[in-house]
Amino acid sequence: MEVVEKKNKNRKYKPILDGIPDWPVYQLSKNRKEFIEEVAQKSFDRIKQVRPTTKQVIEELEATVYREQQRMKRNRWRVDAADEPHFWKTIKDELLLFTTKTPEESKIKAEELLLRITSRYASEIAGDFKASSYKITREVIKFGFGRLLNGARVKKFGAFFRSKYTLRDKIQIVGKAKQLRSLATHGTVVMVPTHFSNLDSILIGWIIHSLGLPAFIYGAGLNLFNIKILAYFMTSLGAFKVDRRKKNVPYLETLKLYSTLAIQKGAHSIFFPGGTRSRSGMIENQLKLGLLSSAIEAQRNLYLETPEGQEVRKIFIVPVTLNYHFVLEAPDLIDEYLSSKGQSRYLPEQDKYGSWQLIQFLFKFFTKGSNISVSIGQGLDIMGNYVDDDGRSLDAQGRIIDTKDYFTTDHKLTIDKQREDEYTRMLSHKIVKEYHRINRVFASHLVAFVAFEMWQQKYPKLDLFELLRLPEEEQVLPYEEFRATCKRVRKQIYKLKEENKVYHATHLKGKIDLVIRHGLENVGIFHLKRPLLLNKEGNIITKDFNTLYYYHNRLAGYDLEKFI
Amino acid sequence: MTSKSLSNDKPVGVIGAGNFGTVVANMLALQCKVLLYARDEKVVNKILHQRENRGHAIHENIQPTNDLAQLANECDVIFPIVPSAHFRDMMKKLSPHLHPYHILIHGTKGFDITLPEGQTLQTIKKLNRSQVKTMSEVILEESVVVRVGCLAGPNLAKELAAGQPGATVIASHFNEVINLGTRLLRNDNFQVYGNSDLVGVELAGVLKNVIAIAAGALSGMGYGENAKGLLISRGMVEMVYLGRALGGNTTAFLGIAGIGDLVTTCNSSLSRNFNVGYRLAQGDTLETILASTDEIAEGIHTVEIVKKCADYYKVRAPITSTLYQILFEDLTVKQALQYLMRYPLNVDIDFM
Repeated sequence: MEVVEKKNKNRKYKPILDGIPDWPVYQLSKNRKEFIEEVAQKSFDRIKQVRPTTKQVIEELEATVYREQQRMKRNRWRVDAADEPHFWKTIKDELLLFTTKTPEESKIKAEELLLRITSRYASEIAGDFKASSYKITREVIKFGFGRLLNGARVKKFGAFFRSKYTLRDKIQIVGKAKQLRSLATHGTVVMVPTHFSNLDSILIGWIIHSLGLPAFIYGAGLNLFNIKILAYFMTSLGAFKVDRRKKNVPYLETLKLYSTLAIQKGAHSIFFPGGTRSRSGMIENQLKLGLLSSAIEAQRNLYLETPEGQEVRKIFIVPVTLNYHFVLEAPDLIDEYLSSKGQSRYLPEQDKYGSWQLIQFLFKFFTKGSNISVSIGQGLDIMGNYVDDDGRSLDAQGRIIDTKDYFTTDHKLTIDKQREDEYTRMLSHKIVKEYHRINRVFASHLVAFVAFEMWQQKYPKLDLFELLRLPEEEQVLPYEEFRATCKRVRKQIYKLKEENKVYHATHLKGKIDLVIRHGLENVGIFHLKRPLLLNKEGNIITKDFNTLYYYHNRLAGYDLEKFI
Repeated sequence: MTSKSLSNDKPVGVIGAGNFGTVVANMLALQCKVLLYARDEKVVNKILHQRENRGHAIHENIQPTNDLAQLANECDVIFPIVPSAHFRDMMKKLSPHLHPYHILIHGTKGFDITLPEGQTLQTIKKLNRSQVKTMSEVILEESVVVRVGCLAGPNLAKELAAGQPGATVIASHFNEVINLGTRLLRNDNFQVYGNSDLVGVELAGVLKNVIAIAAGALSGMGYGENAKGLLISRGMVEMVYLGRALGGNTTAFLGIAGIGDLVTTCNSSLSRNFNVGYRLAQGDTLETILASTDEIAEGIHTVEIVKKCADYYKVRAPITSTLYQILFEDLTVKQALQYLMRYPLNVDIDFM
């Protein structure tokens, strides 16, 4: 028997801006060339600030060239530009000529080289939003997914062309969707979702569209552009490229400025603040501060640069959690997590999934059960204060406060890097807290958590790695015991929900046997080795401890262990 | 960067006209105008007309007030120095008048506790960090102010008032706050250090009060310097362990707010906490001691809280728990000392 999700209330939203030409991202791409030049110039200025002498600039250039050549030697990707080796060779040759130059000549030449590098990086990073291919992509996603859904679910001839089911039935949007729409008209939205799967970006893209919002820009790992199908989707959805192999100062500065300036110009953005996909399956508790700080910096610049009398555009941070029964990459992610935790050796980022696997997964996803839900959190200002629907910041007592005051000393706006670093840290704590609060617990999370914790309790002397090495075929949990524990933990989840510390899906309510069934049917549903199953006697078994651990981790951090 | 000159017409606020609060106000008054808030209108009048409070002459730059709203409106920088038991209430009253541009540097060495309904500090068995907060955490919870710091160190009010050489540490996550506090407080006889481990410094300041009571007790028993040296060094170890369990770093305990303050308070009969220990050893009961003083010795409260935290986090804290038994159960100081001297742990330093 299927446990039916409460009738989805998701409705269709009208676009908040009429035509694509009104969209900030379109404006940005229309002036793409000027924008790239601005980014390159400003990051050049910034680097000059932190490396004021010519000697320091030259050292930075040498370090950059060295690192880039090492990268090209060791780890070259399909998407890397063909002229790369040539470009860096030229820079290197010109650097070698410095010994023969006078100090004045060196200064001019060094600065010219630096600007050349930041310009190259800026255009490498820059996205290229095209209205026409955005529309195509949107239609392809809608049409393709719609056909798949209907073809698979309504088992009648001709169903393939009907529209009984849409993506809206498959993907639930809960939370502050209306507020998000309102905030996007009042200011610039920076959406910060949790990151579990490579699918997240596409999913978020669809959600933004279906909420009637203009396209957002976002930084996507360059590795994803190796997969052609994803590359096409992402470029057209407004992605810019983030190359995590490049750790040199000019690159990092350019990347940060790209995002800061785009936000400053009003382009709604998406950051995955966890940096990469959560390897452990836990909700992120450590965020990357670099990109977050660009939101704070952009807000401060807006306060500084907006002419007096004009309204300052506010920046809103909107946390979003994506809730899955199943994460395609789970077995590999948890493998990486465990081996890096077990012994801290370096693990290169690699994706074993090509276009074909992705299509297969999508097909499975749309033809079988397994829903996804997306929780949209209440908007925050850049200091982590809640904002109302009109974008006004509120303190804990509901009093309206002026965000500008955070940047003033003696009532004058000041730039204080250390202060803003601290603000970034505070904001990241707040986002993590919000993630846990808006997280939606699924039945599959519950069963995975309870089962794993029960096994752990059975062997209190084993550490995590010893536990995971236990032979799976010998491990059985009696159903009755499992059922009672699930009930206990579920009760605690209800309690947490009342305290406003977590949410749960509606399917978590009702008869516990049905909830457990729903959970078991869905947890890691498409994996070759299922993390949880019932055996012939009706007791609980696992085929794969590692992935079970992964899905269990989703509920880590709520102190639920006590109730096992 | 913070501006170099603090505009002279803007007063700095001090909340709490107790002993320490009055002295801090006087020190600030050397550099700028000060608004000093006292809860009691009689105190305000006394300061206004007699220019005197708790035996301290009041500097001419100080203006007393009874109005928190006025203080918050006129001052961007505020030093709240009220007993920990009233701190949260004070913040609740102050909070509606605060804005994100305010900077708060508190000088209170104690914990705030929030208990589940129906429980009291006496009935609750154990306390964890969600129930026990430092003052900076109370400020952050109760108001929109984020630029928060604390003042800690060996600051015996009477010596400061006499202009004797001394030092303090200002701890904050923000360099801006440290720089500002330094500029406001530093003078020829007073050195100011900065520390970024806000919670660590706060914890050091709070936890040392426990050891101060013990030092008083040793002194009350008539013991000499060997015993004191023993107490200070073992007390230090205990503070480090407790401090780490409660979220501070070891290093904060090695600085002014840790060892600096500890040595001072353990040697001074001027310290209220020391006095409590001294009189206990002389055979007075806690009730008679409390009845005979109008100032609050933070240490008593702290012993009770810290003992219950140590139980929760399973930290070995022999000095704190024997003090607890002396204060709230019927152990005598003599018995306690016997117990401690037989305590079986004999590793000198194991926390570095």
